[in-house]
Amino acid sequence: MGESVEDIKKHVRVYIGVFVALLVLTGVTIGVSYIDMGHGVNIAVAIVIAAIKASLVAAYFMHLISEKKLIYYTLILAAIFFVGLMFLPVGHSLDEIRI
Amino acid sequence: MQIPFTVEARPDTGLNNAKLGIWLFLASEVMLFGALFSSYILLRVNADVWPKGHEILSVPVAAFNTVVLISSSVTVIMAWASLKMGSLSKGRMYLLLTFVLGLVFMCVKAYEYNHKFHTGLFPSESTFLAIYFTLTGLHGLHVLGGMIVFAYFWGPGSKMWHSEPEHFTNRIEVAGVYWHFVDLVWIFLFPVLYLL
Repeated sequence: MGESVEDIKKHVRVYIGVFVALLVLTGVTIGVSYIDMGHGVNIAVAIVIAAIKASLVAAYFMHLISEKKLIYYTLILAAIFFVGLMFLPVGHSLDEIRI
Repeated sequence: MQIPFTVEARPDTGLNNAKLGIWLFLASEVMLFGALFSSYILLRVNADVWPKGHEILSVPVAAFNTVVLISSSVTVIMAWASLKMGSLSKGRMYLLLTFVLGLVFMCVKAYEYNHKFHTGLFPSESTFLAIYFTLTGLHGLHVLGGMIVFAYFWGPGSKMWHSEPEHFTNRIEVAGVYWHFVDLVWIFLFPVLYLL
């Protein structure tokens, strides 16, 4: 792609920023895990922080923020199936309740 | 036979073939790890007792490994950026750094596994340990796979730079995208296994 050296240097500054953000969020995850906010809340907070970190990695390191449509479509499809997978255990629990 | 569209974008996809290929592969990886995460939820929700990760595992050791893996994501993207700016020597240095960071991660993981085995904590000990070893083992294999790729691109693979620099740069980008995914999986594994 036609990116100049200046463009790449700008990218590098963003990467360093994302790196610092990831380190801070790792610290936050560990710190928060020692605060007892109730079991469910602790899990929710940890997953939300992990999701933010994952989004940063995907958006900036994996260049998803400026990717072509076909890749978005592929990932949307994967995401739909992924959500389906996550709900399988819920379906199992519902089955148990019915019994 | 030459693989087509390694540098220029294919008109119908708007992408070079390697880029589309790696994302299709990663979509299948999402399903592989997704199935195991789903199994983790099922096992945990239905377990009578489930230990807190830090009661069995070492949080400081895993936190260190998290920092190592995040750093390696930065070094691999720096390898790509250096190549983009025309410097093979810098690019190779960052590739080597990425490899070394991967090696550090694996050594720490080996230390953790060894410690568990010495205290009699095998996968057969509990459901928690079974899923812990399955998830981290599969993740470790991915780290190992990435290291082999980086070792190749640092060594014999880097010859391509002299004949096809753009093609080589794309290879590093695509390998990097895979490596970031491995980092991304760990970002979820760390809190799920060690902290919750």
